[in-house]
Parts: sequence; C-alpha cells; structure tokens
Amino acid sequence: MLKKPILFASFLMSFIMLAGCEPLLVLDPKGPQAQTQAKDIILSIGIMSAIVFIVFIILAYMVYKYRASKQPADYKPPHIEGNLLVELICVGIPVLIVIYLSFVSVDSNNKVENPPEEYANEEPLVIYASTSNWKWHFSYPEQNIETVNYLYIPAERPLEFKLYSYGPITSFWIPQLGGQKYAMADMVNTLHLAASQPGEYMGRNANFNGKGFAENTFDVTAVSQEEFDEWVNEVHSNAEPLTEVKFEELLEPGHVGRSTFTGTHLTFLPPPEHNHGGSEEQNEHETHE
Amino acid sequence: MEFFERFAVPHPSPAIYASMVAIVLVTVGIIVGLTYFKLWGYLWREWLTTVDHKKIAIMYLISAIAMLFRGGVDAIMMRAQLAQPENTLLDAQHYNEIFTTHGLVMIIFMAMPFIMAFMNLLVPLQIGARDVAFPRLNALSFWLFFVGAMLLNISFVIGGSPDAGWTSYFPLAGNEFSESVGTNYYMFALQISGLGTLITGINFITTILLFRAPGMTLMKMPMFTWSALTANVIIVFAFPVLTIALLMGTMDRLFMTNFFTTTNGGMDMLWANFFWVWGHPEVYILILPAFGIYSEIIATFSQRNLYGHKSMVASMVIISLLSFLVWTHHFFTMGQGALTNSIFSITTMAIAVPTGVKIFNWLFTLWKGKITISTPMLYTLLFIPIFTIGGVTGVMLGMSAADYQYHNTMFLVAHFHMVIIPGVVFAMLAGLHYYWPKFFNFMLNDKLGKIEAWVISMSTLLAFMPMFFSGLDGQARRMYTYSESTGFTIYNMISFVGAIGLASGFVLLVYNVYHSTRYATRNIPSDPWNARSLEWATHTPIPEYNFAIVPTVDSTEAFWDAKENGHVLYREPYTKIHMPNNSGMPFILGCIFFVWGFSFVFALWIPVLISTIGIFACLIHRSLEKDHGRYIEVEEIKKIEQAAGARR
Repeated sequence: MLKKPILFASFLMSFIMLAGCEPLLVLDPKGPQAQTQAKDIILSIGIMSAIVFIVFIILAYMVYKYRASKQPADYKPPHIEGNLLVELICVGIPVLIVIYLSFVSVDSNNKVENPPEEYANEEPLVIYASTSNWKWHFSYPEQNIETVNYLYIPAERPLEFKLYSYGPITSFWIPQLGGQKYAMADMVNTLHLAASQPGEYMGRNANFNGKGFAENTFDVTAVSQEEFDEWVNEVHSNAEPLTEVKFEELLEPGHVGRSTFTGTHLTFLPPPEHNHGGSEEQNEHETHE
Repeated sequence: MEFFERFAVPHPSPAIYASMVAIVLVTVGIIVGLTYFKLWGYLWREWLTTVDHKKIAIMYLISAIAMLFRGGVDAIMMRAQLAQPENTLLDAQHYNEIFTTHGLVMIIFMAMPFIMAFMNLLVPLQIGARDVAFPRLNALSFWLFFVGAMLLNISFVIGGSPDAGWTSYFPLAGNEFSESVGTNYYMFALQISGLGTLITGINFITTILLFRAPGMTLMKMPMFTWSALTANVIIVFAFPVLTIALLMGTMDRLFMTNFFTTTNGGMDMLWANFFWVWGHPEVYILILPAFGIYSEIIATFSQRNLYGHKSMVASMVIISLLSFLVWTHHFFTMGQGALTNSIFSITTMAIAVPTGVKIFNWLFTLWKGKITISTPMLYTLLFIPIFTIGGVTGVMLGMSAADYQYHNTMFLVAHFHMVIIPGVVFAMLAGLHYYWPKFFNFMLNDKLGKIEAWVISMSTLLAFMPMFFSGLDGQARRMYTYSESTGFTIYNMISFVGAIGLASGFVLLVYNVYHSTRYATRNIPSDPWNARSLEWATHTPIPEYNFAIVPTVDSTEAFWDAKENGHVLYREPYTKIHMPNNSGMPFILGCIFFVWGFSFVFALWIPVLISTIGIFACLIHRSLEKDHGRYIEVEEIKKIEQAAGARR
C-alpha cells in the first residue's frame, strides 16, 4: 500500500518541477496584469499542494496503520460518533484558507479589471477588437487604422481593448499579457492590458465558435512608442482605405491572412451600444464619451 | 437548409457508414435472436412493462454502461486526433460533433442513469420500503431517459450530431451558425430525458419522506439515502430552469423567436445564465450520490461506523444550497465587473469547506478501523487523493482574476475530469462491484477488479495531469488541431496514452463481468461484505416485495446493530403485501415521445400533432383507469421466505 503515496508524491514533484523549468506561457508573464494572475496562480498552487500533501499523508498513515492484516483477529473497531475539536480543525483551517484566498482574489479582481497601476500616468491606447467567423478586426480610432488578424502595440503603455463580436461569442486572449474576456454581439466589454517589454506574443480566440475555431488566432507585436509611431506613419502612407464594401466582404465566414487598412469600420458600423448590467467602470466610461 | 438536405448523412465518412451498417446489423440480430429464442413475451412481461424498482435499476445500469462505451469511443477519437499536431484523422466539423456528444453522453446519458440505477436499487431497500412512492412514474422516468438517449444516439447517422459544444452557447447554437438539425436533437434529447429526471426527483423525495421504515427518523437515514434526498431536492429546483431554457432555445430555432439571438433584442448571455443555473447544480446532482456510495463502502470495509454522520449530512445540505449560488463562475470573463466576480469567487471557494469536511470524515472513518481492501474499497481509497487534486484545482479556478487565464483552456478540462472521473465514475464502479450481488445475485472477481481499479486510476492521472500544463501553456479546449510550434504535442501524446489506458481498464471491466458470469459461484450469502445498512438485510436474490416484514429501526446502522448488538429488525407478524401491477403504458408513452421528439427535430408537423394527441390520450387513459394493484397473500410470502432461507 506504500506504493500509492510514493506514486502520487512523484506526480506532485513532477508538477512542481515542470512548472519551474518550462516557461509555460501563463507563468511567463510580460505585462502587469498577467503578472498579477501568475502570482495568484503560483500562490494557490503552493497552498493547494500543501493541502493535497496533508491528505496524502493522513490517507497513507490510516491505511498502513489500521489495515486488517496487522490487527488481532478479535479486534473490534470502536463506535466513534465524532469529535468537536477535530471537526472544528477540519472546518476552521479550510475556512481560514478560503478567507485568505478571498482577500487575494478580490484584490486581484480589482487590479485586472482596472487600468494597470504601473502605467497610471500614461494615456491608454484604445483599440476596438471585434471578431467575425473566424478572424479578428482591430480598429485604432486614434490612429485611424484598422488591421486584420494582427496587433501592433506600444510597450510600456496601458492598452484599453473594447471587445465585441459580429456573431458567436468569442474570447480575446493574449496569455502573456493577461487573461481573457468575452467578445459578444450585444455589448462592448473592456479589457485593460499592458506589455512591459517589446516582443512577439500569441493571441487567440479562446471560446469555441465553430469550424474555424482552432485557427482563430492573431499575432501580437509589442514595440517601443517610437517604432509604433513609425508603423502608424507607414500604414498611412502605404495601406488602402477600409471601405464599407471591403468590410462586408471581410465579415463573411472564412479564414483570411493579415491585412492593414487606413480608416476604421467604426465610422460606418459603430459597435453595439447596449450594456447589459456591465461593470461600473464601464458605465463610467460610457458617460465620459 | 432544404428539407431533404436535413435528412442527409452528415459526414460522408467511412466511420459513419460503418456505424450505420453496425446499427442495422445489431438491430436485425436482436430481433432475430429474440424471435428465435421466443423471448418477446419474456421481454415484455419481465422488463418493458416492469414497475419494480430493482429491474428499473438494472435497465438504468445497462444503459449507463452502454453509454459509457459510446462516450468513451468519442473520447478516444478526440485524444487520437490531438495526439499529433496537424493531424487529419478528423476534420473540424467531425471533431466538433464528437466533443459535443462526448460531453452530453457522459453527463446526461452515462453519469445520470448510473446514479439513477443506484438510487433505484438502494433507496427503497435502505429505508425498508417495498417500492418507490410512484412505481409507474418511475418506469416512465426510465423510458423518458431512454428515449432521450436514443434520440441523441441516432443523430449521428440521421441528420448530424449537435456541434455547438455540450453547453450550446447561443448565438453559435442558433439557426444562423448551426444550420443542421444537430442542435434540434440536443434540445429534444435533453428536454425529454430532463422531464424523466424531474419526475424521478419528485418521486424519490416523496419516497424518502413518506416511505421510511418505522423508527427511521431523518437523522437515522443511511448516508446514501441522505445523498439521494439532497440530490433529488437539487433536481427539483434545477431541472425546471433547463426545461424553460431548452423551450426558449427550441422556439428560437424552430419558430424564429428572438430570446437568444443577436438581433431584435435577444440576449445571448441569458442562455449562458440559464444553462449554468441548471448546469452547476447538475454536477452536485451527480457527485452527492457518489459521495453517498463512498460513505457506505468506507464504513463497511473499515468495519466501523461512518465518522461524523451529522457533519456529513450538514455538509451535503450546505453543498446543495451553495450549488445554486456559484453559476456565474462559469463565465467570469463575460464582463460583469470586479464586484460580481468577487462575490461568485468567494461563494465558489466556499464549497471547498464542506467538501473538505467530507474528505476528512472519510479519512477519520479509517481511524481505529479494521481495513480490508477489496475492489470497492480500493476504488474508494484511490478516489480520495485523485479527487483531492481535482478539488483543489477547483479552488484555483474559483479565484476569478486567475480564472481569466484558465478559462476555456485545457486546465479547466483537466480540473473537471479529475473531479468527475474519480468523484462520479470511480464511485459508480466501486458501487458496481459492491452492489453487484444485489443486482445480479453473484459476485464479480475481486482480483480482476483490483487490476481494473489500478489501471483506471493511474490512467486517469496519465490522461489528465498533462492538461494542467498544456492549459497553462495556452492550449484552449475544443481546438481540433494545433501546430507543432506551440509545443503542445508532448502533453497531448501523454494524454492519448492515458486515454488508451482508461479504455483498456473498461475493457477489463467487461472481461470481469464475462468471467464472473461464467465462473462465479451462485449460491452466495445475502450479506457477503459484512455490511451495515438495511439493503443487505434482504435475501439474495431480493424478493419482489423486498422485505417480508417491514423492519423496525433504532439507529443509523440498523442492520449492523441487529447482527452485533441484538437489535430486533422484524417485529411484526407476516401480513399480506400490496404490490403494483405491471403496466405497458410507460413504455408506450416513451415510444410516442420518441416519435414526438424526432418529428419535432425535423419540423414534421403532422406527426408532431398526432403524437401530441397520442401523449394526451395516454394520460387521459391512465386517469380513467381503475388499477389498484394486487396483494401477495401470507401463504405465498411464507413459501418464498422458506425457499430463500433454505438457499442460504
């Protein structure tokens, strides 16, 4: 019976080891929001491993100590109803852990729902990210640019994504910059992200939306503010303008490669206006605009 | 789509044609076999028209195991597809249909009937009753479940399987994006079987509250009956939500209403809310009875009473209440803001406390016990550590800020499989080995059972542990393929090996059943495990009336006290016993419901109308019918009891 705890302990060890060695995307954050989430994840893995470990130890001890083959044939186990002290410990410690994790969770919720504190002085770059089957449309209203299936973003500057969809519910996710949020047809969701350093990141739709779901990805390139401005100028001098006809064409289901336009679809096809009981923060924004 | 296109074979793939041929051959085989062995009468008299809770339990059990293999084949196909990057074994559409039906079959048509099998067999026996409160409704429940299962199962050969995920989020599941009839099948398969489940819920609450043996107060009920009571209360509160959600979804698909559409004021988030207001309690409907089975097994094989009986009951009641307060954690990422997410984050993590109490109570039941490890106990001991891993990852998922990273990834898939497989499937397998003598009057082979338990549990770890990593590495669930550069290959390959291991474990189970059917001794005692509760106080095989004399109960472990402490169970003299008559009506009603559902799927309005009239005709017939059941006379009871006594 000793085989079992050893086996599980080795699983646990490999879990911790692997988490330490391989740079799993989520645990390799490149922005303050992802940093907060990675910290929470590591913290909870630690506490939870301790709980799992305690359960393994108690189980192994009980099974080893009280197995029938080790006891006299006439041994009759006693009738034990329960013990107030033991039960208080079994309820009390988990309650304390849950309370602690609740504080951590509430604090992190506020961090990831709001613009990152690290870049509080910076003006956020607003990008409208919308989906249609099975592609991503990114509109930069300030720069008057629209891209398909790729993002160009300045590093060390807060980003404010406005998410919505022309069809099924999708989920906007750049693991290394922060967790995801849904893009839906009848409301605009706001997601605050930021990249702390230049680099190439993977982005995808994480919510199943039909046949083309697996390839519903986009590339994210974070560059310095100067390079970003250069890119904006370049687009303005090279790219075609986005026409209503062209955009309708893009909305048709299918896969397309990357493309770049001047102008955005926001001018002729504004995002949905409803806010079905969205966050307070979002309401505030709408009154500002 | 055109009418005839909807009937078309969805995938012109060899696998589907092979399945069609197989279905036809099996059907012909069954018909020829039944005719050749002149079994039609036996089938009709003993099974199709039965209202006996023990036989209904067996029918649930067989359906559940059949569906386990159907859902298992889906799982193997998925893991095989993902074992290699850029694999072309399945295309995207086929993969989508497979993961949708895998989820549906495993939750609704495997796990649900499995727990229904145990509830049907055990609840009346544990409370010393002769049957459930409404035996005929009980039969109807089974046939409605069965019809739902059959509707879903013919979908992949006629018209196409549902392909919008087992959650079928709108607008993806709406007409615009799911053109085939697949989602119609989803709506009607769930609606009809859900109706059956709701009836079961009402039936069993009534049974448990009104049919308990004299002296059995609520706090003296065995743990499995307690778990069944809480689960059935959840059913009665949760299933009506599903009924209405499905009705609204059906209206959107067939009558062009706009409840969940993206235009004309529809709200797609409404579906997600309805679905999970039912869907989250649903997992507790599955897991509480499983906990009940573990509690019975761990007490029996520790030869000790269950530690903390009262706190076990309290924790189940608290879990059942909390189960309705956490549904939003399924869509933390829907943009409801930090405050709402914080509240649901806390309620979600709070469920860990009563669940932890149960784990520790089981551990302390082992304390000072005399532990023998048989197959059921081995499953139970393996359940504790694996379920703990699954459970604590649930707490991790409950932290909503972090959930933004786990959401819709393989991490989530790993979590719920690590909870549901050890939590529900192991419990059902443990219960299967434990109660096999009560179902079928012989024992399963213990040595084969233990090998099976080790293979299945270790394969579970192998199949699902890697998903925690691939999830944290950015692999979203429901992706039918990925490129090699993502680095997911190794995790998915290990998972595939684990899946093969799991499959071989289940094949071993089948071999065990075959082997034991052939070689196991038949003349077994009625209490082979030296157990503690009333279901073991009846004879094996169980007589039609369960107990010749209704037992009188003084403690939580009436049967154990009768064996060890001189407690007298049977205090009354023999009296004649009232039993219900068999009835063909539930089966006939089931058949009409099948026609009704199938016609609705394809919008064939004339058959819909005729079958609707048929359903009401059956109901009216039943209301006017004068059937007061029958009596088994004292003489006959004495004869049966003597024969059963002599057998031992």
